[in-house]
Amino acid sequence: MVEIRFHGRGGQGTVIASKILADAVSKEDKYVQAFPQFGVERRGAPVFAFIRIDDKPIYIRSKIIAPDHIIVVDPSLIDAIDVTEGLKKGAFILINTGHQPQEFQHLGKDFRVFTIDANDIAIKHRLGSTAAPIVNTAILGAVPRIFNFVKLASILQSVRENVPVNPDENAAAAQEAYESVKGV
Amino acid sequence: MKKVMMGNHAISYGATLSRVQVIAAYPITPQTQVVELLSEIVADQKLKAEFIKVESEHSAMAACIGASSAGARAFTATSAQGLALMHELLHWAAGARLPIVMANINRAMAPPWTIWSDQNDSLSQRDTGWMQFYCQSNQEVLDSVIIAYKVAEKVLMPVMIILDAFSLSHTYESVDIPDQALVDKYLPPFDYKYKLDVQNPHTYGGLTTPEWYMEFRIKMHEAMDQALVEIKKEAVAFKKVFGRYYDTVDPYMVDDAETVLVTSGTAASTARYAVDQLRAKGNKVGNLRMRVLRPFPFADVREQLKNAKKVIIVDRDISYGYHGIWAQEVKSALYGHSQVPVWNFIAGLGGRDIFPETFYDIIAQVGKKKKPDQELYWVEVKK
Repeated sequence: MVEIRFHGRGGQGTVIASKILADAVSKEDKYVQAFPQFGVERRGAPVFAFIRIDDKPIYIRSKIIAPDHIIVVDPSLIDAIDVTEGLKKGAFILINTGHQPQEFQHLGKDFRVFTIDANDIAIKHRLGSTAAPIVNTAILGAVPRIFNFVKLASILQSVRENVPVNPDENAAAAQEAYESVKGV
Repeated sequence: MKKVMMGNHAISYGATLSRVQVIAAYPITPQTQVVELLSEIVADQKLKAEFIKVESEHSAMAACIGASSAGARAFTATSAQGLALMHELLHWAAGARLPIVMANINRAMAPPWTIWSDQNDSLSQRDTGWMQFYCQSNQEVLDSVIIAYKVAEKVLMPVMIILDAFSLSHTYESVDIPDQALVDKYLPPFDYKYKLDVQNPHTYGGLTTPEWYMEFRIKMHEAMDQALVEIKKEAVAFKKVFGRYYDTVDPYMVDDAETVLVTSGTAASTARYAVDQLRAKGNKVGNLRMRVLRPFPFADVREQLKNAKKVIIVDRDISYGYHGIWAQEVKSALYGHSQVPVWNFIAGLGGRDIFPETFYDIIAQVGKKKKPDQELYWVEVKK
């Protein structure tokens, strides 16, 4: 079983990202469970989302305390909270940023960092506004590049099926993100 | 067709596939999305139903009672304080013998104010005459709505489908949406024999003297006894068409278990995971998931617990000054039939998480003890 925690801010589509990833994984006949931090969300406040992926039915339904990997949708959170809390040794950390993975060595030597400039990609594909780009579909494109539990084709299909508008632009952003992950 | 969906939407799909004709509901977290999706489905004319906006849960149930009396398949959904506000009309729906189906997303009762899960809201409606089915997955939620109408319409008693807030309501997982044609065949349109008919007027629910009131009540009780038969019959019938089986109880590795956990809702799902881990270490533990509270499955509970050396009932609820409510129910079923010692643990109130470790701790706490030395035990509470 693989357990991943997403870190974002309310309004960025972090929970939706976890849902679209769950949808993509389930297309590959795997078992999946995705859920937000249970409670009340406020725009701009730190939010969490979680996903469990397995080859067999998933019965455990408690919160994920010690994730295998994390995905940081909003890099400003790295200075605000401990995003590596409970994170297992050998974890991958995917960060949405224009910076290089080496710049995040302070997160710990037990982890491997990958970066993707999802803001830049989202703006290029006109997703959201320049001030508040919609980055979640671009980030999802980076996921199959570093993890082997889901294929890019499934991500692209799930992105197209699940976004309310601009399916082509969102899929193109995911495709571009797949090709531009740093640290691989 | 498989689709990744949250538990709230599994309810909406279940109601849509059941071709409900009247939906009257008032939003309350964490139930809100049930009603949001249903209102969209009705607005898009994908379901031919009347969607009635009401000003409270009391009115929602009143509207369902009216609709059901007129012969319509009626549906609503709520949580916690909303369910409590319906209380008077829950008795009315059952007493009037109306096959209404409602989903209740378990949310702890206030005060103090909360939106997180425990089962005190639905369990405190135990004696209203509603059947209660507790679910552990989104698939079970969707399927249970369909089965609920089938059973309700056979015995003319209402059903409450119950699921945990957040750990089902807001959790996405893959759900197989049954084919509408198959559901139509399994659940044909309902022709209510006693529906309101201007051509054939009757009086309903009128003043009843002591000479006849008890006769109405015994008929309700007999209907519940019959419901138990129907639930077991429908478990088989549903599996035949849809491949999934839902009995009154859901035993997991109980046959050779020395210690059996008795659980419900998503805690039961996590308990099942815990049983696998404990078994791998040679600990002979099993889990009995309680699915149906009313009608109570006495025979199934006695049968499944007959080999147990110890029974541990984990309640996500409390009857203040007594036990957990499931503990009362299960102990009462065992009384006079079994000498097995029974422990009662209270865990996970107000949304506190129940982890696999919670069950490991409970099992360790019982350890080699021969019998409980307290009426109940509280799990992981701050002093």
